[in-house]
Amino acid sequence: MVDVPFDTVAGVPPAEVGEVELYHPRSWWTRYVFSQDAKVIAIQYSITAMSIGMVALVLSWLMRLQLGFPGTFSFIDPNQYLQFITMHGMIMVIYLLTALFLGGFGNYLIPLMVGARDMVFPYVNMLSYWVYLLAVVVLASTFFVPGGPTGAGWTLYPPQAILSGTPGQDWGIILMLASLILFIIGFTMGGLNYVVTVLQARTRGMTLMRLPLTVWGIFTATVMALLAFPALFVASVMLLLDRLLGTSFFMPTLVEMGTLTKYGGGSPILFQHLFWFFGHPEVYIVALPAFGIISDLISVHARKNIFGYRMMVWAIVAIGALSFVVWAHHMYVSGMHPYFGFFFATTTLIIAVPTAIKVYNWVLTLWRGDIHLTIPMLFALAFIITFVNGGLTGLFLGNVVVDVPLSDTMFVVAHFHMVMGIAPIMAVFGGIYHWYPKVTGRMLNEALGQFHFWVSFLGAYAIFFPMHYLGLLGMPRRYHDIGETAFVPASAHDLNAFMSVAALIVGFAQLVFLFNLIWSLFKGKEAGGNPWGAASLEWQTPETPPGHGNWGKELPIVYRWAYDYSVPGIAGDFVPQNDPPAGLSAQGAHP
Amino acid sequence: MVDLREESTSSLPPAKIGLGVFLAVVGSLFALFISAYSMRMNLVDWRTLPVPALLWFNTGVLVLSSVALQWAYIAARRDDIQGISVGLCAGGASAVIFLVGQLLAWRQLSGAGYFLASNPANSFFYLITAVHGLHLMGGLVALGRTTAKVLRGAEASQIRLSVELCTIYWHFLLLVWLVLLGLLTGWTDNFVDICRQLLS
Repeated sequence: MVDVPFDTVAGVPPAEVGEVELYHPRSWWTRYVFSQDAKVIAIQYSITAMSIGMVALVLSWLMRLQLGFPGTFSFIDPNQYLQFITMHGMIMVIYLLTALFLGGFGNYLIPLMVGARDMVFPYVNMLSYWVYLLAVVVLASTFFVPGGPTGAGWTLYPPQAILSGTPGQDWGIILMLASLILFIIGFTMGGLNYVVTVLQARTRGMTLMRLPLTVWGIFTATVMALLAFPALFVASVMLLLDRLLGTSFFMPTLVEMGTLTKYGGGSPILFQHLFWFFGHPEVYIVALPAFGIISDLISVHARKNIFGYRMMVWAIVAIGALSFVVWAHHMYVSGMHPYFGFFFATTTLIIAVPTAIKVYNWVLTLWRGDIHLTIPMLFALAFIITFVNGGLTGLFLGNVVVDVPLSDTMFVVAHFHMVMGIAPIMAVFGGIYHWYPKVTGRMLNEALGQFHFWVSFLGAYAIFFPMHYLGLLGMPRRYHDIGETAFVPASAHDLNAFMSVAALIVGFAQLVFLFNLIWSLFKGKEAGGNPWGAASLEWQTPETPPGHGNWGKELPIVYRWAYDYSVPGIAGDFVPQNDPPAGLSAQGAHP
Repeated sequence: MVDLREESTSSLPPAKIGLGVFLAVVGSLFALFISAYSMRMNLVDWRTLPVPALLWFNTGVLVLSSVALQWAYIAARRDDIQGISVGLCAGGASAVIFLVGQLLAWRQLSGAGYFLASNPANSFFYLITAVHGLHLMGGLVALGRTTAKVLRGAEASQIRLSVELCTIYWHFLLLVWLVLLGLLTGWTDNFVDICRQLLS
């Protein structure tokens, strides 16, 4: 900590700007394709993630068609159904949400929000994207290899993941593991950038406790991802060796198709530990950036400072730390020691405390705020409701005795879609509607946005609310066809058909959203530099969209936190972070 | 309300912080390999494999490599370009010898019938040494680039940071290797047992 001598007349001396350090593109290729500018990389990440996400959306349609109308679609056989499940889950969790929040939002917002010109290692940042793209290409290629993609489920549990009988045993599983390994390598390159940029490239006056909560969320999630992804890396490498070279890290002695396999003595539980040591933090890797984005959206669109900023920051950090000691709650039915389960149930329920603090603070921010029901605000409200919903069923499943009968039913599917499917996607949409004007200089179309929001929000509930009920009935997950089963009444089949129709409609609404993204790029209303009247630094750039280097000649100086809305005694209803205090003109800042 | 103190970002260069974060990631990776090892070794089919005597020689070479880089680092602080280039070359050469030694140790083991897939202890031995070796090879790329700059006539002040980062990375990999060696030779078995009993 260095105190800058502050003179009320002279102000704070301007930051020295190392112009030469900035990378300058020299051709079209290095400007738009092999670009080292974090903003371009962010857009590349986002487009790639959304493209592969559309594939996963289509897969969910196919699954819903099969579940809603079993027997009608003869081209979906049981093997394909398992492949659709696996690819849908893997793409959505890792290649869409993780990549979009950290690679997309992280790359665009971190440098702008902390007042930096770019990420600290632009070249590594560029490599990160290209390795990610390679991972996506390898993943997508599994649709076209002999045997198709793996059908092992997104958890890839051995021994079934690499035995015959599981679809994609030849190439699918190998390429899936290779793709995950590539993704982790690419992510590590990007993650180093996000962390070091937040730590080292903040502009003058931007203390850690003045960072917008979006940056806190992305920063903490990145730290978690850097520590958690190695577990998936270890598990993937070892599973790959089991599959390719016949080692027995995870593979027990077993008979396959009547013949004894070459494997022996390995522990499938070991894989589960490694997988979930990554897998649980992964939930928060996509939730924490969402928490941050929602905090900012609510504050801006309710014209009120965020309630309990410090508490919010510590809650993010506490959730991040706690999420590393809850992984085995995904393994209650693996035959673990009851005390082990008791320990993990306790830690799981403790996470509800910081999470509840965040929800209370969001609600208290809204309390007596000047709420503008803009599209980003609608999505933010939808996020809060959905996250609370999914969180509450999480309390059910966190308890061992409740989890055991509900495990492997549709209840679990409904729970995790609410908490880490719908909720983070609501934050993604809210974030896109909010920051699109900064990225493109134009507003997204309001009417299409309203349509997109209401269909997606109500439709998601039409899909996943009934699914809880089906789960309580005992309907199992991952079944291609439930058939005639005594405990499943005919009404449940009607419900399934209803959910499938809802899923088709919600999917269609996403096409409207994509159309809006493209249409508004050319025909959208001009946004100006700060259409929402937001105080945080990314809205104060001299150009919109921000130019190369973000800040023109001089870096901004930050005098306050990012949430000065409706400050008593001040004329405007917000004060930008770089607005000097009264009696100190902006010019006075550099005499 | 308005606090104009600048909480300055720390004065360390970003690359050094970046290396620190990267070492945390690598440390986490090896910690997870070690946890997997200690869980797997408890199962009945585990047959500890004899540690080739060559590993002791390799360890000595890796220590020398670290010492040489420390030498280069000290030389860099004294602006002694000659010392830097000697230290870097000696460090790089001994790291290469270490890697060759590891490959020979593999050959000795497989020559004696300890193949990758014949026992989980063997699998872990090959896997962990391979991952450590790959990290060292990555370090050699960075070291090679730094050495190339020295040979092209860079000033000591221009490469001081690179030399320092290489040295930190080398010491880190030496530390990781010593921990792995303890694990692979069975020195740490008692410690692993204690940890396992605490957990179960």
